[in-house]
Order: sequence, then C-alpha cells, then structure tokens
Amino acid sequence: MNFNLTEEQQMLQDSLRRFLANEYGFEKRKEIIAAGQSLDKPTWNAFAEMGLLGYTLPEEYGGLGGNAMDTLLVMESFGRALVVEPYLSTVVLGGGIIQDAGSDEQKERILPKIATGEEFLALAHQEPGGRHNLDYVRTEIQKHGNDYILNGRKTAVLNAAGAHYLIVSGRRGGRPTEPVSLFLVNHDTSGVEIEEYTTHDGHRVADVILDSVMVSDDDRIGARGQAMPIIEKGVDRAIAALCAEAVGAMEALNETTMEYVKTRQQFGMPIGKFQVIQHRLADMFIAAEQSKSMAILAASMADSDDRKQRREAVSMAKTLVGQSARYVGQQAVQLHGGMGVTDEMFAAHLFKRLTLINLQFGDADYHLGQVSDGLLKSA
Amino acid sequence: MDLNYTPEQATFREEVRRFLKDNLPKDIRDRVKKRLRPDKAMTQRWQKILFDKGWGASSWPKEHGGPGWSPVEQLIFEEECALAGAPRQLDFGLRMVAPVIMAFGNEEQKQKYLPRILSGEDWWCQGYSEPGAGSDLASLKTKAVREGDHYIVNGQKTWTTLGQHANWIFCLVRTSNEGKPQEGISFLLIDMNTPGIDVRPIIMLDGEHEINEVYFDNVKVPVENLVGEENKGWTYAKFLLGHERTGLANVGQWKAMMKRLREIAEEQPDGDRVLIENTRFRDRLAQLEIELKALELTVLRVLTDENGPGPQASILKIRGTEIGQALFELMMEAVGPDALAHIPEALELDYPGSRVGSPDATPAAGDYFNMRKLSIFGGSNEIQRNIIAQRVLGL
Ligand SMILES: Cc1cc2nc3c(=O)[nH]c(=O)nc-3n(C[C@H](O)[C@H](O)[C@H](O)COP(=O)(O)OP(=O)(O)OC[C@H]3O[C@@H](n4cnc5c(N)ncnc54)[C@H](O)[C@@H]3O)c2cc1C
Ligand SMILES: Cc1cc2nc3c(=O)[nH]c(=O)nc-3n(C[C@H](O)[C@H](O)[C@H](O)COP(=O)(O)OP(=O)(O)OC[C@H]3O[C@@H](n4cnc5c(N)ncnc54)[C@H](O)[C@@H]3O)c2cc1C
Repeated sequence: MNFNLTEEQQMLQDSLRRFLANEYGFEKRKEIIAAGQSLDKPTWNAFAEMGLLGYTLPEEYGGLGGNAMDTLLVMESFGRALVVEPYLSTVVLGGGIIQDAGSDEQKERILPKIATGEEFLALAHQEPGGRHNLDYVRTEIQKHGNDYILNGRKTAVLNAAGAHYLIVSGRRGGRPTEPVSLFLVNHDTSGVEIEEYTTHDGHRVADVILDSVMVSDDDRIGARGQAMPIIEKGVDRAIAALCAEAVGAMEALNETTMEYVKTRQQFGMPIGKFQVIQHRLADMFIAAEQSKSMAILAASMADSDDRKQRREAVSMAKTLVGQSARYVGQQAVQLHGGMGVTDEMFAAHLFKRLTLINLQFGDADYHLGQVSDGLLKSA
Repeated sequence: MDLNYTPEQATFREEVRRFLKDNLPKDIRDRVKKRLRPDKAMTQRWQKILFDKGWGASSWPKEHGGPGWSPVEQLIFEEECALAGAPRQLDFGLRMVAPVIMAFGNEEQKQKYLPRILSGEDWWCQGYSEPGAGSDLASLKTKAVREGDHYIVNGQKTWTTLGQHANWIFCLVRTSNEGKPQEGISFLLIDMNTPGIDVRPIIMLDGEHEINEVYFDNVKVPVENLVGEENKGWTYAKFLLGHERTGLANVGQWKAMMKRLREIAEEQPDGDRVLIENTRFRDRLAQLEIELKALELTVLRVLTDENGPGPQASILKIRGTEIGQALFELMMEAVGPDALAHIPEALELDYPGSRVGSPDATPAAGDYFNMRKLSIFGGSNEIQRNIIAQRVLGL
C-alpha cells in the first residue's frame, strides 16, 4: 500500500496549482462566469498545453495514458480554485465513455480533439422526474430503415450548449422494459434543441429536447441495448472526480475559515480563541480528511470493471463526501457570521459548489441507499 | 395540564381562517406560496388589509390599537396566516421598535410612531450591527454627540435588512465612552431621509439584495428622537432582542412549510415512484415533524409561562432556526438535480419563460443558501448557547 504521488503526478499537481493560483483568482472566475459561457478559452488552451485534457486518454489518441488517480489530482486542484470550465463533462465523462466503448472510428474522430482542447462533449442521460435514479430512461428510440429516430427530453445536462457531441441514452419505444442504448449525436443535428441555464455555482447545465433526431447505426456507442454498464462506469468516474473536487473545495474552505477566525476580533480577541469554534474547526478538518480518504478509494476503483465492487466504493465515497461537504460548508458559513452569506466572500462560493456537488449524480441519501441495499443478502 | 385548545380558541381559529379566505388577495398568496421574490408593495398592501380589520399588530395590547390577544391566540393567528399563504409582516416596526417605544418611549413618541407602524405607513429597519460589532454588540462605535437640541451621528451600521425600503431606522449609538461599553449606549430613532445617510446594497450569496450598509456622515437627529434615557440604550436593546428571539421560533411558518413539503413529496416523481414512497426521504420528513412538534409545545410552554420568556427564549431561537434551515434543506433535496439551475427572473410573478422541473425547484437552492442567515442573525446560535450555559445553567 502506498499513498504517495509519483514524481510525475507531483509535478502535474504543482504546476496546475501554480497556474490556478496565478491565473485563476476569484475575480477572474467571476468574470468568466459573468461572460456567460463558463469557459475561458485561454485557460482551456493552457490546460491543453499542460497535458491535462488528454492526461487520462490513451496515448494512441494523443493522450498520456493516465487513470482516475490522475483525475483525482486535477479535480482536487480544480476544487480549490472552483474552476468552472467543462472538464468533468468533456474529459472525464465524455472522454471516458468514448474511450471505454466508442468504435475505433469514433475514438479517432473525437479523442485527439478533446486532448487538444478543440472539441467538447456532454452526456445527455438524466431525464425529468428521474431525480437521482440512474436507470430512469424514457427517451424513445425508433427504427427507421437503417437509421434511428430519437425523441425525448434530457435534463441537468452539464455543458450541453458548448458541446460538439451529445451522448444520448434511450430505449426502444421509450419502454422501461427495453434495455438502454447510447448514441453520439452531433450538436447541429436537426431536432436537437438546448435550453441552457447557469447553475448556482457558476456552471452551465441544460435541458436537451430531442424532437425526431435522426442518427445512424454508426453513431451508436457500444452494442445495442448494452449501454447501462457503459453509463454506470462513466458516471462512476464522474462521481469519483466530483468527490476529489469536493475535497479540494473543503480544504480551501477550511483554510480560509481558519484564516478568518484568526483575524476576526470580537469580545477583544480573535474568535478562533473560543473553544466552541476550535472544536468546530477540528470537526471540519476531520470531515475533510475522511473525505480525502474516501475520494482516494473512489479514484482507485473508478476504472475497475468489477461492477459490484466499483459501484459500492463509489457510493460509499459519495455518501461520506456529500455529508462532509454539507457539514463543512454550513459550518464555514456559520463561522464567518454575516460575512459568510455575502456574495463577496469566496467562502460562500465554495459552500454553494459543495452543496451542488451533493445534488449531482446522486446525493448522500441516494448513495447511502445504494450501500444499504448492498447489505441485503440477495443483492 | 391540558394540551387541547379551548372552545373559544377553536372558534377564534375559525374566525381567522374565514377572514383570510375572504381577504387575502390571490396574487399575494400565489407569490408567497411559490416562494417568489418578496416585494415592498405587497407587504404594505397586506399590512393595510390587516390594519383595516383591526388585526394590524397581533402582539399589541388594545390601548395601542392592537387586538389584545393572548399569546396562544397570537400563535393561532400566525399559524393560520402562514398556512393561508399570507406574507410575513415586517417585524422591525411591529415586534421590535414598537414594544420598546411602548415600554420606554414618552407619550409624544407613542402618538407619533405607533399608529404609523400599525398602518404600515412607516417602514422601519434595525441599526444595531456594525462591521466591528456583531456578536459583541456592545463594542459598537457609531457616535452620537449632543449639540444643542440635536445629536450629530457619525459611523456605520451594516447587515441592515430591507434598509433600502425603510424611511426610519432605530439605532444603537454611542453617547459615552465612560465605564463599561454597555453603559454608554443610547437608543435613537432616525429618519432615513435626513441628509448624510447613505444606504449601500450588500448582495447575498443567493444573488439577492436584502441587506445593506448604512453610513452616517454628520447626520442631525433631533434630541426628541432619543428613546428613554441617554446611556440606557443597552437595557432597551436587550429587551428588544428578547422579543426578536421569541419571534424567530416561527412555528406557524414552519408548520406551513412542513405541509407544503409533504405535498411536494406526494407530487415529486422519484424515478418510477413518487418521493413520499421513498422511505429514506420519508424518515427525514418524519424526523422533522417530531422536532417541530417538540418546538411547538415548548413555545406554548414558554409563552404561557406567567414569568414571561427569560433566557429560555434562546431555546426557541436555536431550535426554530435549526428546524427552519432543515426544512429548506429538505425542500432542496426533494427536487434533487432540478435545484441546480439559477434563474433569478423566474422569481417574479407571471414569469413567462421556461424553468427546470416544477415551480418548487426554482427557489429551492437560493432559499437554502439564504436561510443560512437564520443561525447567524438575531444573536448567533453560538451566542444563544452561551446564554443558556451561563444564564440558564449557571456555568
Ligand atoms: C476505562 C478507562 C481507562 C483508562 N486507562 C488509563 C490508563 O491506562 N492510564 C492512564 O494514565 N489513564 C487512564 N485513564 C484516565 C484517562 O486518561 C482520563 O480519564 C482522561 O484523561 C480524562 O480525565 P478525567 O477522567 O480526570 O476527566 P476530566 O479531565 O475531569 O474531564 C471531564 C470531562 O471534561 C472534559 N474536559 C476536560 N478538560 C477540558 C478542556 N480543556 N476543554 C474541554 N473539555 C475538557 C473532558 O473531555 C471530559 O469530558 C483511563 C480512563 C478510563 C475511563
Ligand atoms: C442576513 C442578515 C440580516 C441581518 N439583519 C440585521 C439587521 O437588520 N440589523 C442588524 O442590526 N443586524 C442584522 N444582522 C446582523 C447580525 O445580527 C450579525 O450578523 C450577528 O450578530 C453576528 O455578528 P457578525 O456577523 O459580526 O459575526 P461575528 O460576531 O464575527 O461571529 C462570527 C462567528 O463567531 C461566533 N462567535 C462570536 N463570538 C463568539 C463567542 N463568544 N463564543 C462562541 N462563538 C462566537 C459566531 O457565533 C459566528 O459563528 C443581520 C445578519 C444577517 C446575516
């Protein structure tokens, strides 16, 4: 057992943190969000130059052959700076799924352009009313000669608007009893409509409406009706990445709260002198450390093909990280007093991001349920 | 001991309910039920309707134009209002400065201010906190220096809730640096239209403008605006905080929210079932029901205690705010990923555009963020625990 970073990983982490500290401050981030795309091209290009965008892609497609452990480092650093660029949707989710299950032609067409930062992907899977249930898919697939027609509505699709390709799930006839298939849909295909929104934490999500969208057999990802395992694995990777991001955000939040309580004076002394506050911070520190352990567990399992073990590890991690993120976020705001609920404070933005991470790809209660169900003998 | 409402109280509840059914305007109710952005005109309109009925101030005695209700009747009234979707009345005038004026103001002040609070003509805000004086309120520095028949006020207040709408502010100001900090504070009523006052917005983490900084630059305030005696303001301030904390238990509003949350759980799809069928979620609802019941009964015990609320009011503040925060959190979790989108335009009535999920999803996350304030203001929950430890438990 070894929790050390390799020399290469250490370098990656150092240079990324340095870059973000210098180039991605709170003010810069605000400007990026205000500009409306949550994508700063120079920043994205810098990520490409650092090799981040292809880090986890296979070498034959312009990547560096890394794995979920490398994603962990990247996302932790992103969490500290609250990076809003579409790394999760394009590289982790989209890149991951194409890499796992795409045809050779799809890989050749798409992966190198992810690595260079030229193209973006989005997973359009969740549907209205599905809440956290991953297998809730009602989008309809109809056969039409050699082609297929897709009809349905997707929701909470990360970065759909800027994506060149949408990865869309559906079932034959939209029937719950039919197995799920996945298609790669070009963003300018007729019948694709995107309603985009900014999220409370400065990211971009969309509802994607599919109105008689025509795709061909070559656009399918993986075998017909065999998509659920592909989606699960892709989403598990995304969850592991979100756990890592949350750890970075919690650490940053703990640090800035520590600074705050050391400097804020009330009753003639820094409020950090009150034992109540010290214990609170000690618990916040514990929560972040426990989360870090679980984020490492999730990352170590995220690429595994042992479905049961992988899913269990990821759900355990998302549960604990979600609960910790909630605790650390709420308490950090509390310890800042009135300042904590102002838009002006970075701490408030870290809190919002942590809150929204819990709501994505299954909240703490949902994943607790997954772990709990797994305890049944029949599971 | 008898936990039942008396027949008179039950009749009273019916009367309130009937009044609300007939008099609460639909647009106001819609706005409140959908948790849309509050609006000054709406608050004033509702205050006027209650005023015309003689119910403008549920907690006031008859001699000042209140209905003279008992504490239990007041609770019934508040609960029915909340359940009907009536907007919250503005506490700053009705429940904060008014009791102080009644208890410590002179006859002229009572004549001048109370009727205009009751009718909703005046909008009051609270000028206690300063950048350097939050939990340690007594360290406040905003200075009032007597010059002839005026005080000259200089300094800064902050976190002033809805100060942007206010035409009056009640302030704690320093009139002396002698002795303990508490001994040099006075309670001053200031017209917001006086030259030298500058109100600047503070944007909260949900993106809304609800609080402000208020700057005072050589503001001339007539000495007749002093309440009670000079340098005795701390006593009045604490008297007021006791009122504020009891109000923060908010049982009526939380009961209305609980009801709404149950409705949402019955409507909200959760994959192939509805959310109420999800036992993990239902347990959380049940837990909150239990906690709210305990709070409700504790409130009744405290309010019917003949000695009045003492430091026990801190229990109500702590539990009331924690339960409220938990309700808003569950409201957000109920709608799940639909809470992600931030669509501020959709917080207006008759918003024509598209939204994500049900209308309940629109304010869900923003409200949750905003409500973190509950455990911070009105004396933070840490300070309330200190009060219980020191003044109730004698530690
Ligand atoms: C089963 C058992 C086995 C033990 N075995 C050993 C042993 O093998 N060798 C040995 O040397 N000792 C042993 N101890 C003693 C143990 O280390 C002491 O009980 C412990 O240090 C607490 O001291 P105390 O019991 O005097 O409690 P106190 O120190 O009187 O503490 C009482 C309570 O006050 C709290 N408290 C005290 N100071 C503070 C503070 N500054 N801030 C906040 N809270 C505070 C404590 O957390 C505790 O809750 C054992 C105790 C137990 C119960
Ligand atoms: C949305 C909002 C609206 C408000 N509206 C008004 C208003 O209309 N008028 C008005 O006058 N004020 C208002 N306030 C101010 C409010 O009363 C203060 O924010 C509150 O008293 C806390 O002060 P502070 O913000 O300076 O925090 P601080 O006092 O700096 O506290 C920071 C943290 O330290 C903790 N702490 C401080 N002292 C101790 C201690 N001795 N022991 C343990 N922990 C301690 C606090 O609990 C808190 O967690 C409002 C605040 C908010 C957030």
